[in-house]
Amino acid sequence: MDDFSLLIGGKAGDGIDRAGLIIARILNQLGYRLYIYRDYPSIIRGGHTFSIIRASKNKIRTHSDKVDFILALNQDTIDLHRQRLKPNSTIIYDSNIVKLEGPSLGIQSFGLPLEKIVKEENGLPVMRNSCIIGGFSKATGLEWDILERVFKNNISKGIDLNLKIARRGYDEAKEFFKIGPLPNRSLPVVTGNEAIGLGLIKGGLRAYIAYPMTPSSSLLHFLADTAKDFSLRVIHPENEIAVILMALGFSYAGERVAVGTSGGGFCLMTEGLSLAGMAELPIVIVVGQRPGPSTGMPTHTAQSDLHFVLNAGQGEFPRFVVSPGDAEEAYFWSCVALNVSWKYQMPSIILADKSLCEGTYSFDVDSLEELKEENPILWDKKGTYKRYLDTETGVSPLIFPRDKEAVIKVDSYAHDEFGITTEDAEKTRNMQDKRLRKGRYLTKELERYETVKIYGNKGSSLALVSWGSNKGVCIEAAENLGLRVIQPVVLSPFPTREFQKSLNGVPKIVCVENNSTGQLATLISRYGFSVDEKILKYDGRPFSLDELEERIKEVVKRL
Amino acid sequence: MKDLSTYAKITWCPGCGNFAILNSIKPVLSALTEEGFPLENVVLVSGIGCHAKIVDYINVNSFYSIHGRVVPVATGIKLANPDLKVIGFAGDGDAYGEGLDHLIFAAKRNIDITMIVHNNRVYGLTTGQYTPTSPLGFKGRSTPKGSIELPLNPLELMLASGATFIARGYSHGIELLKRIFREAITHKGFSFVDVLQVCVTFFDMYEYYNKKVYELRDTDPENYDEALRKIREWDYNSDASIALGIFYRKEVPTFQDRFLEYEREVRDRDSKIREVLERAI
Repeated sequence: MDDFSLLIGGKAGDGIDRAGLIIARILNQLGYRLYIYRDYPSIIRGGHTFSIIRASKNKIRTHSDKVDFILALNQDTIDLHRQRLKPNSTIIYDSNIVKLEGPSLGIQSFGLPLEKIVKEENGLPVMRNSCIIGGFSKATGLEWDILERVFKNNISKGIDLNLKIARRGYDEAKEFFKIGPLPNRSLPVVTGNEAIGLGLIKGGLRAYIAYPMTPSSSLLHFLADTAKDFSLRVIHPENEIAVILMALGFSYAGERVAVGTSGGGFCLMTEGLSLAGMAELPIVIVVGQRPGPSTGMPTHTAQSDLHFVLNAGQGEFPRFVVSPGDAEEAYFWSCVALNVSWKYQMPSIILADKSLCEGTYSFDVDSLEELKEENPILWDKKGTYKRYLDTETGVSPLIFPRDKEAVIKVDSYAHDEFGITTEDAEKTRNMQDKRLRKGRYLTKELERYETVKIYGNKGSSLALVSWGSNKGVCIEAAENLGLRVIQPVVLSPFPTREFQKSLNGVPKIVCVENNSTGQLATLISRYGFSVDEKILKYDGRPFSLDELEERIKEVVKRL
Repeated sequence: MKDLSTYAKITWCPGCGNFAILNSIKPVLSALTEEGFPLENVVLVSGIGCHAKIVDYINVNSFYSIHGRVVPVATGIKLANPDLKVIGFAGDGDAYGEGLDHLIFAAKRNIDITMIVHNNRVYGLTTGQYTPTSPLGFKGRSTPKGSIELPLNPLELMLASGATFIARGYSHGIELLKRIFREAITHKGFSFVDVLQVCVTFFDMYEYYNKKVYELRDTDPENYDEALRKIREWDYNSDASIALGIFYRKEVPTFQDRFLEYEREVRDRDSKIREVLERAI
């Protein structure tokens, strides 16, 4: 099978998330490329939660609505997802809990007494997962050794019991057909947040400060877990205001720092963002979007904060905003964002969303060009130190406290070159020009990177323009329908020239976005690019491949 | 003695209580420097308000931050580099209003920084409104018929929150203020000094304070109950004697002490990234 999908579902608390990851890593051993879409409610126990694990021989970054397998730990999983089944799909279910009724012609199914097995083995209820994974492995002809290896790598507590219970499921199931190995090497299977975290580490991150908020919390957890390996200081303070102000303290002291949040927390950070703009302090802010306004739907996805992050904070100051579309871009641009912040002494925002943050991808670090921590411009120790020395590029050389020869003064007020408060008209104007000049030099530097990406049929007269996590679904839909995809990765300073080039020969533009107003469409129209159609989705769910293809076909008819 | 002045013109009103704080902190820093403490290790942090101009007037590393946020900035600087001596200056609107949550958390964490609150019990720079420590009935520009809230007692709040050094000074009486600052700065842990700093323009309390203040003597600053009793003697509202000096002092592990030890340099970062990725296959 070149491309197939599996849905595993149950109640919150059934361990669906972990089980989905283990299944993905089992399939990874066979050389499949993977993507996991997680759908769960904002509750701790109960409700319905599911993951769709898609496996393909090619690189993928999206899920499809139709699935080949359903692994049902509860009745909801059957009742709510019946329409996803294809004529030859297979259902594996807990026969102690789930009843299969109604038309299921041509659909293969078999029940395993998961509850009974777990009880007999004195396991915990959550171990029904292990049992059903055992059953699935047998049903698809996977070797026991693969399961055992993946379990050992992914389960730290009660591995023996989990294996015993999985073996019972394995032995009681029968082989339906074989998922054969592919000639690909296995790749790491990571979430978008993990890729962001590793990219920041690659860029020399020394501290990460955050207040928990979905979908950025798992970045906090990941970095807290790996802190020791990378000498990271990971801090969870009283609120997001403290988060960003503490981070600016780190930055002043010369330590590379990042913070993470979602829209609501970013609201609280805006005073700190503006301070970073004025005081010229490097800071990286990871914003994982979710649907708003206000609390919205915490565990779902959206792309509705683009204009918020582009315009947040009082006053005018340059900022770097990048919106990665998959794990590789998340890693790459997180490293670049740290470098940019320190070279240009300005805030960088990594604009992600729940789909990217909590989506799981096969991650190929070797496909990326070489990255490294790049040093900021440092003071040459000549003359008297001026923290805000007015230079050609607007970038003032840095030095950090405990330097014997320098007094380092940063200031949130309008200030002179030494960092002493001023209300002088000329000095105020000069300093504002200096700060804006950094943005222009940054625009130039960004020419070394692919700030706008093009995929699909380069001869097509119709281009899908998308940003962030929609990249993956757009690429696949475009490949199936013969269209071009344009993805501006950097959104501030907007790469106008690169974007213009990417449109070469394309008379029609269709924007694909997870919001209700077309925020990228509005943004590009400011630079003189008009959009012919918008395909928008704002129910908290990402586009699936099947769905987007249908929506594109409708739009193409109208164009 | 080293002159720590800058070229910035001092713009406080004549008779402003902030001069006393400036003229106390400068000799304390100079003295510490002469005794061998490197001045370049000092970072001053201020908020926004009349008090905050102090960092423009002292030629030492400084971070002129924003209203209410002195504590998190100072905390970040200290955690980033534990060798630094971080001294925060905040107003009463700043520390007890806009940024009260941070102050409580600094005390709770026992972060090794010093907070000096210029408590004039009125907003000066915004021209005379009531603050969290203004007395009941205070007629400010936002409360023309008198404030209808009781003030909070910041010392009591700090004691309850876990501060390990609590003192009160007064802008009339520089010698005591210098002694308190010195003790606060050299204290290991979160040190908090509330300075009754008189605003001559909007709330001139000199005459009242001069009649009420006395210096604490013969109390045991390590005795929590005694400290609490002394702190409650005056509630910032009623007519009572006002004690000055160090109310409470205790040495316990700081936030930094409990922070994991980290190496300054990460070795083999790339191979460790590879290891993390290997585990994800």
